[in-house]
Amino acid sequence: MTTGTLLPAAAVAGIGATEFSKDSGRSELQLACEAVLAALADAGLKPADVDGLVTFTAETNSEIHVARNTGMGDLTFFSRIGYGGGAGCGTVQQAAMAVATGAAEVVVCYRAFNERSGERYGLGQAARPMDTTADRAAYAWMTPFGLSTPAQWVAMFARRYLHEYGATTDDFGRVAVLDRKHAANNPAAWFHGRPITLQDHRDSRWIAEPLRLLDCCQETDGGQALVVVSAERARDLPHPPALIRAAAQGLGADQHMMTSYYRPTITGIPEMGLVGRQLYRQSGLGPDDVDAAVLYDHFTPLVLPQLEELGFCEPGEAKDFIADGHLELGGRLPLNTHGGQLGEAYLHGMNGIAEGVRLVRGTSVNQPDGVGHVLVTAGTGVPTSGLILGADHR
Amino acid sequence: MTGREDTRQDTGYEERLRAFTGRELRPLTPAQDPVNQPMIRHWTEAMGDTNPVYTDAGAARATGRGGVVAPASMIQAWTMRGYAATVSPPAGRDGFDELVDLLDEGGYTSVVATDSEFTFLRELEPGDHVAVRESVESISAEKRTGLGTGRFVTTLKTYTDQHGETVATQRWRTLRFRPAPAPAPEPVAEPEPVEEPSPPPALRPRPAINRDNAFFFEGAKQHLLLIQRCAACSTLRHPPGPCCPECNSLEWDTVEASGRGHVYSYVVNHHPRHPAFDFPLVVAVVELAEGTRLITNLTGVAPDDVAIGMPVVLDWLDADPDLTLPVFRPAPTEAP
Repeated sequence: MTTGTLLPAAAVAGIGATEFSKDSGRSELQLACEAVLAALADAGLKPADVDGLVTFTAETNSEIHVARNTGMGDLTFFSRIGYGGGAGCGTVQQAAMAVATGAAEVVVCYRAFNERSGERYGLGQAARPMDTTADRAAYAWMTPFGLSTPAQWVAMFARRYLHEYGATTDDFGRVAVLDRKHAANNPAAWFHGRPITLQDHRDSRWIAEPLRLLDCCQETDGGQALVVVSAERARDLPHPPALIRAAAQGLGADQHMMTSYYRPTITGIPEMGLVGRQLYRQSGLGPDDVDAAVLYDHFTPLVLPQLEELGFCEPGEAKDFIADGHLELGGRLPLNTHGGQLGEAYLHGMNGIAEGVRLVRGTSVNQPDGVGHVLVTAGTGVPTSGLILGADHR
Repeated sequence: MTGREDTRQDTGYEERLRAFTGRELRPLTPAQDPVNQPMIRHWTEAMGDTNPVYTDAGAARATGRGGVVAPASMIQAWTMRGYAATVSPPAGRDGFDELVDLLDEGGYTSVVATDSEFTFLRELEPGDHVAVRESVESISAEKRTGLGTGRFVTTLKTYTDQHGETVATQRWRTLRFRPAPAPAPEPVAEPEPVEEPSPPPALRPRPAINRDNAFFFEGAKQHLLLIQRCAACSTLRHPPGPCCPECNSLEWDTVEASGRGHVYSYVVNHHPRHPAFDFPLVVAVVELAEGTRLITNLTGVAPDDVAIGMPVVLDWLDADPDLTLPVFRPAPTEAP
């Protein structure tokens, strides 16, 4: 497979978000418009400059509404990615490909919802109306047995991971502690100023054993948008470009929605390995060249196999990699410097891409020294995606 | 020894129950009044049904009917006994009373109606005179339900007209059950409202059934755990699907699982609490001896005693009349 010709032809030139809250008090469409306008302002561009939009299939704010309300003109490119939070980095890949091929020149990726005050994903699928599509029929294997929420689905993987690798729930807890430590410094984070200890994690109540409350990300109202233009154009805009060095999607063999329990082993995330191999091949980089990472953290346990699938450590060794402090600000691979979805906000991973851009710009609230390349991932347990963002060294 | 155990050891009881199958519970009983316009009007008014074919002869004829007709779902109303007969002591005992006595003897003292299924053969017109008789269609084996252990009693009511022609049938199902023991009284000293268990009044979430998965749930109703098998290459697969991932054949059949397996992974759910389940709830992925895995519940084992690798055997949960699920319990320890 030949890859790499598209990239790094494109760059993220603007990022913008609403505040992250539990009750935004306004419509999801308004949140989307606010986020898009903020990202365009950050890029020094106007809505009329936009000719492409990309979002999630899960997004309720259709392109027509966002375009009409923000005063965009003609759009030559619009595209959506499926599979919930797995879409995040895939939206940027779509944008980068559109820019590289000339399908569009200025593409905005966005996601906005009232996920806390409106329809809460964490409540699960048990009470959803049923129909007979393949997607819906797949729930027949779970909900009658009471397995119906994302936390429960992830817990099944987590239990097996603990069993095979001799990890403990403290190893999950360390991810939560790290996220909350970084969020504590971040004024935009919901958990700003509220770090936790490992003991807090141990004391938090069970949600779905082996997951405790503090292993589960929060639920958020808010919006996040990103502006993608050509690398060349980005150099003329206000901020240093975050070059899209690589962008990839992955759907693994025998993939199910959050319940791929039927593979020979379930301790890894094969679709994330697939994403990682593409990212490294496209960019010509390797794990050692990655200076910081934003790994999807809807639930702590699946951060561990991501580190393994992406080559930062060997399978089963993530627990030691974390305990040895490699993910700290002064460590080998500073992780989730914005506080992650546990600490900052649950924006389906789009806020993590924005943090990747800040890390490349050198403007994170927890900025480590010398960040040249940042790896960002999207949702785990589902068909997923990833990015490597890089500083412009021209 | 309790009355319940007495009944279980009385093999004659099963036979006496079985003898009711096909038996007439209520002989043919004519309605008190023929089908008539005033009752139709009262009924449609109460129901808020404004369809003119029930009250306006012209409108009814415009639809191709001969004149006004009675609403189909009124069929039961025509044969109701009336207030006086309902409150006065019964004049004589019929087959229905005998069946209730026999169920009481088995400890099935409580009743809840589960469903009623009508088939309508023709519309009734004013002047028709309906009669009804009722017979036992089936009495199920003992089933465990959220309400308690009991038997589903299905009767068939046949509605006939003045010529003896059947105009409608009604399949009427009730659960006759022994009430589950009431939950222990709440401790007075240290109430913990968040952790308080409550009886599960709700039904388990319905599986969404389509052409690809219906066989599994149909089999479950007959207490058969079926695994889909490719008809071409014989590969077993679960969850099932229309196409074999190994050889792409669209032909498949099923094999019955041995019912033996082991726990591959498991979860103990605490939150959120769906009212159909008792918490903490153990959900497991069980790997069957045949090699496929399935999501299931574990019963007969405390959450803290569950372990990966634990041998388990198949059991059946008749959750409600429409849902039977395969569950697993720890395998009996084999003698050395």
